[in-house]
Amino acid sequence: MSFHPNDIARRARLGTILIVMLMAFLVSGFFNTQVLQHERYAVQSEENRLREVPLPAPRGIIYDRKNNVIAENLPAYTVSLLSTTEKALVAELTRLSTVIQLTPNDVKGALKRFRREPNRPTVIFPDAAIDVVAVLEEHRIDFPSLIIQSVPKRYYPDGAVVSAFVGYTSEISESEMNSERFRNYKLGQQVGKGGLERQYEESLHGAEGMRFVEVDARGRVVNEAGVARPDQVPRPGPPLPTNIDMDLQRFVSQVFADTLMGGVIALDPKTGGVLAIHSGPGYDPNRFTGGIPQDYWKELNTDPKKPLYNKATQGTYPPGSTWKLVDAVIALENGIANFDTRMPQACGGGFAYGNAYFRCWERRGHGSQNLSGAIEKSCNVYFYQLGLRMGLSRMLAGGIKLGMNTRSGLDLPNEKAPRFPYGLDYFNKKWGPRGWTPGSTVINLSIGQGENSQTLASMARFYAAMASDGFAAAPSIARVTPKRERVFTLSAEQIQGLRSAMGRVVSPTGTAGGSAVPGLFLGGKTGTAQSGANKPDHAWFVGMAPVHDPKVVVAVMIEFGGHGWQAARVASRVAAKYLNIPHPADRAPTTGPAIGDASDNVPGRPVPVPPPAPTPLAGTAATN
Amino acid sequence: MARRIVADYPLLLTALALSLLGSAMVYSAGRTDVPTYVGGLYKPQIVWLILGLATAYGVTRSSVRLIQWLTVPAYALSLILLGLTLVIGTGAGTAAGTKSWLAIGGVRIGQPSELAKVTVVLMLAQVLAARRDSPTSLLDLWKPAIIVGVPWLMIMAQPDLGSGIAFIGIFFAMLYWSGVAWPLLLLLASPAISLVLSFSTGLWGAWFLVLLALVLYYRPFLVEGIVLMLMNVATGVVAPVLWEKLKPYQQNRLKVFLDPSFDPKASGYQVIQSKISIGSGGLFGKGFTEGTQKRLAFLPAQHTDFIFAVLGEELGFIGVMFTLSLLTFLLLRCTKIAERANDAFGGLLAFGLMASWLVHVLVNVGMTLNLMPITGIPLPFFSYGGSFMLATWLAVGILLRVSGEGRGRSGARVN
Repeated sequence: MSFHPNDIARRARLGTILIVMLMAFLVSGFFNTQVLQHERYAVQSEENRLREVPLPAPRGIIYDRKNNVIAENLPAYTVSLLSTTEKALVAELTRLSTVIQLTPNDVKGALKRFRREPNRPTVIFPDAAIDVVAVLEEHRIDFPSLIIQSVPKRYYPDGAVVSAFVGYTSEISESEMNSERFRNYKLGQQVGKGGLERQYEESLHGAEGMRFVEVDARGRVVNEAGVARPDQVPRPGPPLPTNIDMDLQRFVSQVFADTLMGGVIALDPKTGGVLAIHSGPGYDPNRFTGGIPQDYWKELNTDPKKPLYNKATQGTYPPGSTWKLVDAVIALENGIANFDTRMPQACGGGFAYGNAYFRCWERRGHGSQNLSGAIEKSCNVYFYQLGLRMGLSRMLAGGIKLGMNTRSGLDLPNEKAPRFPYGLDYFNKKWGPRGWTPGSTVINLSIGQGENSQTLASMARFYAAMASDGFAAAPSIARVTPKRERVFTLSAEQIQGLRSAMGRVVSPTGTAGGSAVPGLFLGGKTGTAQSGANKPDHAWFVGMAPVHDPKVVVAVMIEFGGHGWQAARVASRVAAKYLNIPHPADRAPTTGPAIGDASDNVPGRPVPVPPPAPTPLAGTAATN
Repeated sequence: MARRIVADYPLLLTALALSLLGSAMVYSAGRTDVPTYVGGLYKPQIVWLILGLATAYGVTRSSVRLIQWLTVPAYALSLILLGLTLVIGTGAGTAAGTKSWLAIGGVRIGQPSELAKVTVVLMLAQVLAARRDSPTSLLDLWKPAIIVGVPWLMIMAQPDLGSGIAFIGIFFAMLYWSGVAWPLLLLLASPAISLVLSFSTGLWGAWFLVLLALVLYYRPFLVEGIVLMLMNVATGVVAPVLWEKLKPYQQNRLKVFLDPSFDPKASGYQVIQSKISIGSGGLFGKGFTEGTQKRLAFLPAQHTDFIFAVLGEELGFIGVMFTLSLLTFLLLRCTKIAERANDAFGGLLAFGLMASWLVHVLVNVGMTLNLMPITGIPLPFFSYGGSFMLATWLAVGILLRVSGEGRGRSGARVN
């Protein structure tokens, strides 16, 4: 019999050992999982139950120099869904569409966001209308995975007035996400898309916070924020103080009517601070926040006046006669001429060089002028000869030394560099060694035509150096400590001489006589630059006031604006406004009519002081 | 003649403690943030526990002889019920696709397989105890093989893999207790081992050499030996065919056992979430009813197959140690009862019932940590289920009776 007690005892012993070993095996498994690997599983369990709901930080508020608000944040609502799978999201959206209207675009956008960041709440409406939010709140109980969040939304109280520099914010794009600059950003975050918003994005953006909601296995929100884990409070972006003078900015955009194309920059010559910057026509950045409506986007893009294109920093135009001050500075700096230097040939309405004839804008001629007089009258013939005297090489080297081939450094993204030849090779490459002559080239360059186009910002910077002591800081909108750099080396007397000449430009005898205002002491230089075939010329004026001790530099460029005096009129009103000098055009209880009204372009419209009539040009250049 | 039966209090109290802890875990399993039907299941569970206690008491008032006398009819009854289940059975819960429930008029009465686990132990004990000496050849084992094989095939046809494994465990354990030599047990198991190892030709070849050595050492009958070797070859060959025959979910479960990340959304999900639950419980647990994995429905089948994961999450390693200690004590106590039984039938009965519990505990608890493949086997005293609770306490009752009549336990020796 095999059931002898000894056999049984042996089997029981063996059985006991086996049982203990097997159970010990289980215990060791639990020890490993619960004690040794506890941390890992604890994290996974938290990841299971908690969903991170980003709390966007309010962007830094942008102030002007008097602490007026340029950009602020208003409360808005986003609606998002928590989903575990795409299928679940689609099902939830379908259910949602029984309560509110969902366009195919909304659905497409939501799916795209989900695929990119499946673990974040999928935004359905980035900026939900209040009635949509009300309806959803009503049906909250039916949609346990719905998250309605109050988020800050960017708002620009002055709208289009600030469109030239403030930029706008919008959801980060796929291509931005892939760039190095935004590698820490997440899909759905708002990002500055242009202007200051883009330039100072890293600071303005602040730091996103995080809220934790508890969800169950099906993604339903079970516990609201704050219960599962305390919120990580977002850190608002610090405020951005700027040099902008909003009163002046508003005035500029009012004076510079939307029928005009072009730009205005007003600078403080001592600091380079940008008091006002305008590009016309503008657009309403508020309509860009949270997604640009397609029709508006289309309208802006098809507008021949290109509202999205910044004429003050991105547009390059031949500088025309405003360049004559560059000639003068190069000549003075190199000792080629002084204020009393007269050229061999007096102006008789034109200048023959080789077998070409270069006209002066004044057919009757200016007679013999010294440098001051030539600036005042904008005499082409004088500057043709000055250009020839300094020669092409010195003209190019001088322009480069003055920084006329580089960006002004204005703190806006995508500023264009001016187009200015880097040397003689430029012409050889472009035209071939025998395709051009230095003489006619330098003659063209001397009156701001030819292979030279400047931005409003770069011209403003150069004039700011003349408005101070030969130093200028990069124009800056943000209020920063200016870093002034030497632009040219001229004695105080020489600079004073240039300013006096510019002052006489805005006098009854000068080219911008119509813009003279008692007490303003505006000085500057007009420019009427050829724009191309069959189109009116670009009108330039860059100047300063008061000319003996400049407090403000104003640069105005009106595309196809006709004659430079048109630009000068804008500049005089802007300078007068800034310096609080009564201006005849703005003396009425209401502000005077904006120039650029339809009537303004009608030829022969009466103006306070008749300017010299623009002359059709022969040869190459027409500029005054 | 007066014979006083002294209750086996260590066994009774341990079983009672486990049942109370188990009911508490069923209660906790129902405490979810989004309420489900599981929320109220602790009430029927307690009712079933009381019925189980009554059953156990009734059994202790009978005698081992009476139990032995009832063995054949009970076994026959469970075979009939199993047959009936195959015809009119329904699925339930996580195993909705199988036929393991017997229902009358849409009301589920129970799982006959739970009853069969007890009656098969009874029947095996009956047959093995009747032998004069231990089986020494495979041919000697035809009776026990049929006793287990018939209900096993019926259960595998449902299919209920978990119960099937329990039957195999019971079979081998009781053969062991009846004195079958270990080489013979190994030879008996060899076709199954071949089946598993055949997926690697090298491993299978090595196993075949071991088997050859075993045959030469044990020296069975010539024909027996040849048949055995041929069976091993045959299972090795048909294994891939059998694999193809498995349902995709069954294949996935086995693949997931090897690597849970193989299918993290479906088959692997249960195991991954179960491990997260247990691991996140740490040393002291998240507190009774506070487990987030369970509360937020990340843990599947939290009141049945994965109830031990709830315990691990909420009571921590301390709670797990306590519970496993209780279970170990229970199993060792059963072994002691088997050792002290005053006849072969009682001993086999006790050891068989112990083996059944051991397999359940090993497979169920092991499964929560992916130490075992998922087979849908419940945990005695813990998993929610009426017939399972009844069967468990029926076994407790039998063990109490066997213990009471055993040597050194009863007030007077039976003559």
